[in-house]
Amino acid sequence: MGDRVLMRGNEALCEGAIIAGCRYYFGYPITPQNEVPAYMAMRMPQIGGCFLQAESELASINMVWGASAAGKRVMTSSSSPGISLMQEGISYLAGAELPAVIVNIMRGGPGLGNIAPSQSDYYQSTRGGGHGDYRTPVLAPATVQEITHLMIDAFDLADLYRTPVIVAGDGVLGQMTEPLVLPEPSQKKLPEKDWVVDGAEGREARVLMSLRLSPQRALEDLNIKLKKKYDEIEKREARCDEYKMDDAEYVVVAFGTASRVAKASIDIARTRGIKIGLFRPITLWPFPENRLRELAENRRVKAFIDVEMNMGQMIDDVRLAVNGRKEVYFYGRTAGMLPDEDELLQKISEVVR
Amino acid sequence: MKTVYKKPDSLRKVKMHYCPGCGHSIIHKLLTQVIDELGIRGKTVIVAPVGCSVLLYNYIDTDASEAAHGRAAAVATGLKRAMPDRVIISYQGDGDLAAIGTAETLHAANRGENFTVIFVNNAIYGMTGGQMAPTTLVGQKTKTTPFGRDEKLFGTPLRMCEILNELDAPLYIERVSVHDVKNVLKTKKAIKKGLQYQIDGEGYSFIEVLSMCPTNWGVSPLQAAGWVKESMVPYYRLGVFRDRASGREKQND
Repeated sequence: MGDRVLMRGNEALCEGAIIAGCRYYFGYPITPQNEVPAYMAMRMPQIGGCFLQAESELASINMVWGASAAGKRVMTSSSSPGISLMQEGISYLAGAELPAVIVNIMRGGPGLGNIAPSQSDYYQSTRGGGHGDYRTPVLAPATVQEITHLMIDAFDLADLYRTPVIVAGDGVLGQMTEPLVLPEPSQKKLPEKDWVVDGAEGREARVLMSLRLSPQRALEDLNIKLKKKYDEIEKREARCDEYKMDDAEYVVVAFGTASRVAKASIDIARTRGIKIGLFRPITLWPFPENRLRELAENRRVKAFIDVEMNMGQMIDDVRLAVNGRKEVYFYGRTAGMLPDEDELLQKISEVVR
Repeated sequence: MKTVYKKPDSLRKVKMHYCPGCGHSIIHKLLTQVIDELGIRGKTVIVAPVGCSVLLYNYIDTDASEAAHGRAAAVATGLKRAMPDRVIISYQGDGDLAAIGTAETLHAANRGENFTVIFVNNAIYGMTGGQMAPTTLVGQKTKTTPFGRDEKLFGTPLRMCEILNELDAPLYIERVSVHDVKNVLKTKKAIKKGLQYQIDGEGYSFIEVLSMCPTNWGVSPLQAAGWVKESMVPYYRLGVFRDRASGREKQND
């Protein structure tokens, strides 16, 4: 075990990436994630890595492609509008099956929105985000400590499945300072990168591309291959966390910062004799639907309350998993107006009544 | 018997999809000849753009990477930063490099990235069927300028060599052409020089190649070569704009 240190979320994610072996960072400034490029600009030269401030998010994500095509662990980070700009590149990465880690410290939208914390990129993150039939694993930390672990997991998932992986935080998590112990490097056994384009010395030339023109079925074949991969990810990688669920009759479903507010409300509700717990998806895609379905099928559970920092996006996945077996209620605040523990308590009281 | 000519080893023995009279096949051949002569086939990665040369990896037998439309310079940057000892070539057309990818082009050049750009300028969008390019000449008729390019509506054609020559970092900038034998040979020399500079770790080189698109210009291959000479060359002056490594900086200015 290492020493306990105090770190800001945006900096902790950098250290997590560095522990994971990431030595290439390409990014463009945008609030509220500016500590990430600033930290990487300082750290990368210290450890023989490469930091480059790109001319745009379009350039960033395509520089990521380049370093990934060379077989290196590489990442970028941005916030919502910048992530929208990267979607073309993420679609290409998915099509060419190139690993990469993309951190989204979400802010309020749509459009330029504001710079305050939000979770309103849930749809964009979990439905592919760009054009075409693809998905990206999405990891949603709730504490600064968890960010460091999930960064390491993100790089492993990216290499294991040859896919871009999104780490979705929000402005609160990025800016928050918390104590943590830096994790040990992963020991996960990963496949050899036998697809890297680093010069065809002594072998057949390789190409990395998403274009599939011929034969006629080539692109459908790629999509079938990708679907199989996504099915595998859904089967193996869904993750969730539960809090006070042993006897819970009511279940709050929340991720990231919203789940922390939910915990506070749950603690107060418990003092009032309400048997309530928290179900927290750690992977937003694959959504931990099997466990949620089990809860919906449990006769003890009476209702679900979905809590998000948006107008209700994850609630679609909650409803799909619950599938009409129980009522699903919603409480959310967005665009920097954080969910309030008293307001949520009020909502819980209404539901229980 | 002495071999005086053979097909380059790095050029695959397959049929190309390029139209008769198109300049890409000539430029592919020159590039692969140079790759053979420099013995760099095993350490070269070519970035294929979006445009007529999108499938260049079917013809050139080196490692290759696709790039989204306009993003070749960013992909090349990532490749080169990750593998400084490999030879990275960004092969791009005029729409890719000078319209949708202008920002990436300018900033990679301004950083002096140590890779080589081969910029094929045929004054038109080929693959999409003949629309106006940023390099389409004033008065030139295309699918999207049916009455000829009107500079009041669409501005004037971009001279990329001249624009990049305003930057401090680029090492070598030259404009060449493949409309006749003499200029084809000059093009080969320019490509070789650019790649040698990269191998020596000198910096960014940019080689603009004026090229023919008979299909979308609606002329015969022979007429197309003539049109490059008579219409393009007067606007896009040929020659070395900058050659810092050999001390001939801004020779043509």
